[in-house]
Amino acid sequence: MYDFQYHRPASLADAAKLLQSAGDDGKLMAGGQTLIPTLKQRLAQPSAVIDLGGIKDLAGIKVDGNAVMIGALTTHSTVASSKDVAGKIKALAQLAEGIGDRQVRHCGTIGGSIANNDPAADYPAAVLALNATITTNQRKIAADEFFKGLFETALKPGEIITSVSFPVPEKAAYVKFPNPASRYAIVGVFVARFGSGGTGGGVRVAVTGAGQGGVFRAHKIEEALSKNFSAKAIEGLHPPASSLNGDIHASAEYRSHLIGVMAKRAVAAAG
Amino acid sequence: MPTVNLTVNGKAVSANVEARTLLVNLIREQLGLTGTHVGCDTSQCGACVVHVDGKSVKACTMLAVQANGSKVTTIEGLANGDKLHPMQEAFREHHGLQCGFCTPGMVMSAVCLAKGHPNLTEKEVREGLEGNICRCTGYHNIVQAVLAGAKAMGG
Repeated sequence: MYDFQYHRPASLADAAKLLQSAGDDGKLMAGGQTLIPTLKQRLAQPSAVIDLGGIKDLAGIKVDGNAVMIGALTTHSTVASSKDVAGKIKALAQLAEGIGDRQVRHCGTIGGSIANNDPAADYPAAVLALNATITTNQRKIAADEFFKGLFETALKPGEIITSVSFPVPEKAAYVKFPNPASRYAIVGVFVARFGSGGTGGGVRVAVTGAGQGGVFRAHKIEEALSKNFSAKAIEGLHPPASSLNGDIHASAEYRSHLIGVMAKRAVAAAG
Repeated sequence: MPTVNLTVNGKAVSANVEARTLLVNLIREQLGLTGTHVGCDTSQCGACVVHVDGKSVKACTMLAVQANGSKVTTIEGLANGDKLHPMQEAFREHHGLQCGFCTPGMVMSAVCLAKGHPNLTEKEVREGLEGNICRCTGYHNIVQAVLAGAKAMGG
């Protein structure tokens, strides 16, 4: 690992200042479960690492009306074991419980996962399918505007995620086909159905692990499920292989097939 | 160089480290506690698991500076003098090891997993140990040991 300047600010304002003064080579660190392995392989060489772990008010879970708000520094294990999350959006707690392994979940955070936008990460599927709102130190960003491609997001330089707010769906489920070694999603599908209340109703389906540009919504599946929320209704509607990613773990054709299977399982699991 | 102040196995420790020093390197090379192992170095094998403020973490995937101010427990901190921790005793009793390289990490993960859960199921143990790899593939006895150790710990 190349050496770097290490900063551990105690407030969001200080973190933003440090990030600004570090210029292009500054890097924020949340739980470090992606950044540290990246640094160890010398795939990144930041001049400064700004550790957000000292900003205590960035962690925590609040039920806020018909939404669950999760602080950016909240670990996967905290989300997985939260009664508030399990009571309102069980699928989200289950998703968190399936990330990496127990040790990784003790450190890894929701904000870090979303900001990194790994195309095989689990949280982006939940954020997109649940139509979450990402709050930063500068603004609020809708899920549909946030994910911009492989490891790319709408975050500007100097922008720091502070929390993610998930509207509570009527029903939801996340099912993934994990890589058995890394437990990243080869394909993961998050299905959420909203009532006709404040969110406008309808069904949202997000797919992770498979897209050439990272997480995406499966619109044809959404339309079919909006009319008939059943596994039968989406037979054969999985996106074509030509739009998907193929690699040593799975071909694009196989991923296409898996999207159909995972989507049907998710619909069945959502009940 | 940054200074870190930690409590390691109950003792206050102060050390100068480079920002890039991993917690596992501080523990092994500067503190001389070589019971914590480095297996894969890619955050997958779990040989380096220690407890930071009571939670199992991979010490190869945490900077030493991140642990500043924390309470760290390594495998050396489990036994009470000559008396093994119930989980260590269970690993011995059930022969939960072959070559022994993964054992410190397995035990540390198991202790964290079993805390507050004396009646773990086999499925919970297997899932809870997903981040610990045994290259001897000795999982059967490891799982038996963790189930027995959890009972012996009594939560």
